[in-house]
Amino acid sequence: MSESLAITKFSDLANPTRFLALAARILPWMASITAILFAIGLYLSFTTEGDYQQGQTVRIMYIHVPAAWLSMMCYTVMAASAIGTLVWRHPLADVSHKAAASLGAAFTLIALATGSLWGKPMWGTWWVWDARLTSVFVLFLMYLGLIALNRAMDDPSRAARVSAVLILVGFVNIPIIKFSVDWWNTLHQPASVVRLDGPTIDPEFLRPLLIMAIAFTLLFFTLHVMAMRNEIWRRRIAAQRRMAARMAGREA
Amino acid sequence: MISLLLRDLKLSVRAGGGALIGVLFFMTVVAVIPFGVGPDLNLLSRIGPAIVWIGALLSALLGLDRMFQTDREDGSLDLLLMQEHPLVLTVLVKCMAHWLGNGLPLVIASPLLGLFMNMNELAIGATMLTLLVGTPALTFIGAVGAAVAVALPRGGLLVSILVLPLAIPVLIFGVSASYAAVEDPAPFMPPFLILVAITMFFAVLGPVGAALALKNAGD
Repeated sequence: MSESLAITKFSDLANPTRFLALAARILPWMASITAILFAIGLYLSFTTEGDYQQGQTVRIMYIHVPAAWLSMMCYTVMAASAIGTLVWRHPLADVSHKAAASLGAAFTLIALATGSLWGKPMWGTWWVWDARLTSVFVLFLMYLGLIALNRAMDDPSRAARVSAVLILVGFVNIPIIKFSVDWWNTLHQPASVVRLDGPTIDPEFLRPLLIMAIAFTLLFFTLHVMAMRNEIWRRRIAAQRRMAARMAGREA
Repeated sequence: MISLLLRDLKLSVRAGGGALIGVLFFMTVVAVIPFGVGPDLNLLSRIGPAIVWIGALLSALLGLDRMFQTDREDGSLDLLLMQEHPLVLTVLVKCMAHWLGNGLPLVIASPLLGLFMNMNELAIGATMLTLLVGTPALTFIGAVGAAVAVALPRGGLLVSILVLPLAIPVLIFGVSASYAAVEDPAPFMPPFLILVAITMFFAVLGPVGAALALKNAGD
């Protein structure tokens, strides 16, 4: 019973006006919770102790790791939306994966840039071609390719369907990124937070890291809803402009 | 299905098909490398397998955008979409024809380029074998890109950008298998078998994705 209720709620959102109303209601809440979490997370990140080996540079982790997680989660959200586009023809799914592509590219860029800044003092080099770095760089290229494909087509719904296919095919990269540090012996360290035998990271670092991770996730969802709202508005304006042009042509 | 295969093959081999141009491009890319890194034979023989692989990858990309576009221009794509065979099968046959027309010539031309690169017989054989196994994967991945960009007027460059990231695993394992055959400590079979696995994986995923994209790209 509750499941069918959830499905009805979800398909109600196919009406963009309902979605806009919902977005207007929850956006202030999401934005303020994100801001509070960022305040706590950043305070903790700057006040906890530095690592005995890495010193102050360990604080880069509080930006780098959440951004890297988000870069993968964003692609997963896009893949789920792509399924929504192809299977249920849900109109919001089109908007969702189009809006998420640029966000994902931004988070991946943050992860790459902070990782590079961290790598210079720790590994002595800005960049190494190991499996984790290369596969994240490939992910970045895929985001840019998807943005380019979306921009190359005029018809938004066809662009959405076609890029949904590409998103699903490109999803093979996500497990490769996740497990690259376990499959290959790389310079990048293996997973130390999410693992079966509990985190191997000290609670001193774990606390700010987790809060920053939640803050980043909420930031992503806030920006995502905002980007979807903007995309719906943009399409409405485009449709009205087309209508106005048609009317003007009829009068002339 | 056989007639479709033959038709595509004829189209790719005859004038304007672009199969020969791919091989020419392959040779040009490989021939340019010594000018860039210098004619040091030891260095060339060391990087040879990698250079031949990269050349093959680039020239495989070259012909991809024409895979479905020519059919779309003369309207035969619509006929292919309407016939009662499953579209996945049609796409698979088209991929095979495309590989026979564009991929196989690259494999056949690779030993010659291996000689240019001062590679020994074992390295040439290994590179040729890995190319034979790996280039179908490039065609299958490329079919998705070609199908996605079929409706775009200038999709050629976009196809390359979309396809290259997905083709990187093929390049990695192709090159590492070629090196493993020459250098003693690394075993040849594991990377080679992974390459085979990648090809088979994309032989399934590629046509399915391409068929889905073609169905949705129709206007």
